[in-house]
Amino acid sequence: MIPLTHMLFFTTALFLIGLYGALTRRNAVGILMSIEIMLNAVNINLIAFSRSLDISAEVAQIFVIFVIVLAAATAAVGLAIVLSIYRNQKTIYTDEIDLLKW
Amino acid sequence: MTLFGSIGTISLYGILFALLITAILTVTVRNLFHSAIFLAFTLLGVSIVYFFLRAEFIAGVQILLYAGAIMTLVIFAIMLTSRISDPSVSQSNHQRFPVLILIVLLGSFLILAIAKTPWQISTSLKTTNAIELGKALMGEFVFPFELVSIVLLIALVGAVVVARSDR
Repeated sequence: MIPLTHMLFFTTALFLIGLYGALTRRNAVGILMSIEIMLNAVNINLIAFSRSLDISAEVAQIFVIFVIVLAAATAAVGLAIVLSIYRNQKTIYTDEIDLLKW
Repeated sequence: MTLFGSIGTISLYGILFALLITAILTVTVRNLFHSAIFLAFTLLGVSIVYFFLRAEFIAGVQILLYAGAIMTLVIFAIMLTSRISDPSVSQSNHQRFPVLILIVLLGSFLILAIAKTPWQISTSLKTTNAIELGKALMGEFVFPFELVSIVLLIALVGAVVVARSDR
């Protein structure tokens, strides 16, 4: 449909936007949302490769299904941890959670 | 064999550009509720891109799981952990400028590498459907499939234990 390189430029840009969010956000839930953006960029990359290159389409799509499932598990456990931290410290800003710092 | 010819190409470029805009808005707005809404739009846009790439089953799974279940989890967590005076606090720590330099360097390196690689585009574009995916999941990929089921069980039990109240 469009050249493969344009699709790869787009997924690179999406991944770097997610990376910027993961490194810059103060809020723990904001960091988790940026990680979801990164995982989505990788998924689009896999599907674009499976469509254009000479590998079988089932391999890439099953890989993508596993990535989506593991991202859901990551989000569930990560948000449970954020809830537990909020219950103890009454904050979810990552620069205010510094009990273990020297 | 393209979908609607040039109208499809123009709309695909438009969808990609809109996706980049919503992703930038997700990582930069101060209000966390607005950020979650933009994330939901980003995930729906990714599903539209899957439809363009002829991966219809993955597009349906994306809408169900990502824009349905994961966004529900995120909105729950935001609602349960919000303070009343939140939206006026700055949302980014003081690492913005070094991270921008890192992103530009990494981006230029990756884009140069992508532009210089001789990709061998195959002439027969492959598609598949849910029946073939089901057969492959039960045939060639049965071992990772069972492992992912165990990982989901562990994540479920772990999330309940971690988020349990101490009383």
